Amino acid sequence: MSPLVFYPLAFVCIASAMGVVLSKNPVRSALCLVSALFCLAIFYVFLQAHLVAALQIIVYAGAVMVLFLFVITLLNLESDRGLGERPALSGIGFCAGAFVAASLVAALSSAVAPGSRGVVLPQTFGTTKVLARQLFGDYLVAFELTSVLLLVAVVGAVVLAKRDGSYEGDEQDAAPARQSEEAPH
Amino acid sequence: MIGTAHFLALSAVLFSIGAVGAVVRRNVIIIFMSIELMLNAANLAFVAGSNSLGSMNGQSIVFFVMTVAAAEAAVGLAVILALFRNRQTVAADEIALLKW
Amino acid sequence: MHAAATEATASLPIAVTYLRYIPLAPLVGVLFHIALGYRLGRRAVGLVGCAAVAVSFALATKAFLTVAGSPAGTVVTDNVYQWLSSGEFSANVAFTVDALSSVMIMVVTGVGFLIHLYSVGYMAHDEDYARFFAYLNLFTAAMLVLVLGDNLPLMFVGWEGVGLCSYLLIGFWYTDPEKASAGKKAFLVNRIGDAGFVLGAFTIFWALVDLGQGSLTFATINARAAELPAWASLAGALLLFVGATGKSAQIPLYVWLPDAMAGPTPVSALIHAATMVTAGIYMVARLHGLFEAAPFSLQVVGTVGAATALLAATIGIAQTDIKKVLAYSTVSQLGYMFLALGVGAFGAGIFHLMTHAFFKALLFLGAGSVIHGLHEEQDIRRMGGVSQKMPITHATFALGVLAIAGVPGLSGFFSKDEILASAYASGHTWLWGCGVFGASITAFYMTRLYVLTFRGEFRGDHHEWEHAHESPATMTLPLIVLAALAVVGGYVGVPAVLGGGNHFAEYLAPSVGHHQLGLDAGTELMLMGISVGAALAGIGLAWTMYSRGPKADRTLANALRGLYWQMRAAYNIDAVYDALVVQPLMRASYALWRSVDMQFIDGVANGTATAINSIGEGSRRWATGNVQHYMLTVLAGVAALVLALTLGALIGVAG
Repeated sequence: MSPLVFYPLAFVCIASAMGVVLSKNPVRSALCLVSALFCLAIFYVFLQAHLVAALQIIVYAGAVMVLFLFVITLLNLESDRGLGERPALSGIGFCAGAFVAASLVAALSSAVAPGSRGVVLPQTFGTTKVLARQLFGDYLVAFELTSVLLLVAVVGAVVLAKRDGSYEGDEQDAAPARQSEEAPH
Repeated sequence: MIGTAHFLALSAVLFSIGAVGAVVRRNVIIIFMSIELMLNAANLAFVAGSNSLGSMNGQSIVFFVMTVAAAEAAVGLAVILALFRNRQTVAADEIALLKW
Repeated sequence: MHAAATEATASLPIAVTYLRYIPLAPLVGVLFHIALGYRLGRRAVGLVGCAAVAVSFALATKAFLTVAGSPAGTVVTDNVYQWLSSGEFSANVAFTVDALSSVMIMVVTGVGFLIHLYSVGYMAHDEDYARFFAYLNLFTAAMLVLVLGDNLPLMFVGWEGVGLCSYLLIGFWYTDPEKASAGKKAFLVNRIGDAGFVLGAFTIFWALVDLGQGSLTFATINARAAELPAWASLAGALLLFVGATGKSAQIPLYVWLPDAMAGPTPVSALIHAATMVTAGIYMVARLHGLFEAAPFSLQVVGTVGAATALLAATIGIAQTDIKKVLAYSTVSQLGYMFLALGVGAFGAGIFHLMTHAFFKALLFLGAGSVIHGLHEEQDIRRMGGVSQKMPITHATFALGVLAIAGVPGLSGFFSKDEILASAYASGHTWLWGCGVFGASITAFYMTRLYVLTFRGEFRGDHHEWEHAHESPATMTLPLIVLAALAVVGGYVGVPAVLGGGNHFAEYLAPSVGHHQLGLDAGTELMLMGISVGAALAGIGLAWTMYSRGPKADRTLANALRGLYWQMRAAYNIDAVYDALVVQPLMRASYALWRSVDMQFIDGVANGTATAINSIGEGSRRWATGNVQHYMLTVLAGVAALVLALTLGALIGVAG
């Protein structure tokens, strides 16, 4: 991957991520997150993870983010004062975050020599067919368990979001759950 | 040439930004989004590792992470809805129930 | 190993398994009384209580006959199991019957059985009948463990067991505070002696380990005593003797015994006259090798014994409580036994132990019979003429008095005479002098007791006299048997000079050595004449004085001036101990309580609590309940972890 592509894209990705954290308006934060996730999908393409890239856009940028926006608008959230609300905690948090970032970057770069690639990837690497073989072969049990997990999540979401003693809210509360159930498939 | 180390570094930066967001913001929905950001940073590391090692396992894990994240989003947002209904707030420090 | 082998060939042990049932039978009785005693009633309790001791007596007789019928030095052993094994130390639960312990178990089970039988009648109207028999059986079991145990630790089990039962039985009527505190006094005074016993055992073990011996069996101690360093044998012997003074009521620890008379009279007879108080004598005789290895300790034993014999006898003159007279008499007679041990005549000491068990048990039971018949009257100034109402009690009591006074032909004469002759023969003339003087005092106060109780006119309440009656058969039968024993008990040890062979001393010789008097017949007969003369003088003086009734006390008081009242007050030893020991201890304890306990200990305890409390107060501020603060902490942890790993990896790479 060319640095000419990587660095601008990385910049956009990090800027979007910062946008998520810094925006005062929740809707803007959500849109920044969509942008960041989209950038990641592009990276996945460059890393020969085609199916994952597609799922990233469908599931995250599509379903999950729609769910977020839906809840934000449902709750009719106003803008707050962002980081200004708790300056002391924000200061400490950013210092800690910078420290963690520095430590992690140092750790991960020392773990892999830059630019090295040990293996030559086959032509089919990252295709739907190969990934599907693995998911329905080696990881079949785990795969089936995730479907159970999603079922549980659906039921849980319905129960939690339901108004006590009333079935009025069922339809609107069940909607996000139904979407999330469909999402990964 | 851009190598695995670059992707890992990017992943680390994104993770840290997510972590900071989870710590400093009051709005639980934004905290939630920050957590999604951290999960995706981890996914990037997995995909980069998968590419670097020539193994599809990393991509399979990403698939599972996405599934779990989706389930988590559904349940989490339902919790936020219930919370908002009972307390009329989405500020994390106003729901400090986990206390002595 | 070598020593053990020598012992084994010398003593030809016969291994059996029935010895364990001798102490076990009364123990089963205890369980029965506790579990079922109150449900099944008095008859069952009395029956089981006596039967348990009868079983022990039968087995003891079997063991005694085995030992007596085998060549001299035969030992019957029963090794039950290894009890303790720790480092170099080991102790077995093992029972041994040799000549010495065979005499002891016969006395304990035989006299014990008679006293159990007597108690059936004496305690017939007591509410806590089952509890009484449980204690009595427990005592018998403990005493048998004490006597049968073949090592010091096992003996100590019995030693403590009898101490406990003594406490329980003295305070048997615990609702009376005076009796309860008499029990506590006995327990505490005995505790001082027990501390000496334990320290003595440790000392001996310490020295024996240096010789490569890890066990504290009596055979080992006696065999190796001569090889012990002088300090160890002396310190060990003296510390053990401290234990003996506690249990056997010698100066300075005798003060508990007179108070112990608060218990029921059969208890006084069994525990505080016939058996338990002889434990100290038995222990010293058992460890004769150790005491002989440290001659100075024997000097101490003899001196303490003579002093106690004399001191207690003088106190006995002035007492007015029938049981107190007998109690001081017991202390005095125990002093004689220690006197015998002190001059090396272990056999004579044990001989007197046995005869004393007979006649003192008889005297106590007779006193109990009188008290019982006169409705708990114990003051001899309010008695008199009881012989008319209680002929059997009177006759047997009179024999007991004659026996203890040393009238020729009765058991006390032979044993006391052997002690005095041994004391004289060993060159301790002044000990002999004390003994003779004490013997005449003994004769005096015993005659006084007899005359005031049974002779003359009744001086008590009119109603008491009308209701006075002879005791039931369960009480008079033991009296008769014991009276017979008090008469003939001495004939097992008739000295050679009177035509006997002194079989008793020969029988005991393998256990405690044979003490040769080395006196010519003329001297021995002269000594005998002197002691008989002293006894008869005491009897005659008391008879003439007290035939006039208790007024004679005043004559005696005028003759002795202030000393007499000191005697009646037992020389105020209790007050002296109180001032010298009890009060300083109480004051020190109070001061320690105020300073160390309330300020320091409580301060430490409360301070710890306060410190932990404030740590909690401080740290609970961390638990804000705000989930983001927790996340921050996790973040810091992640940072620290990553940093540590990175640095570690870098150092690893550099290395």
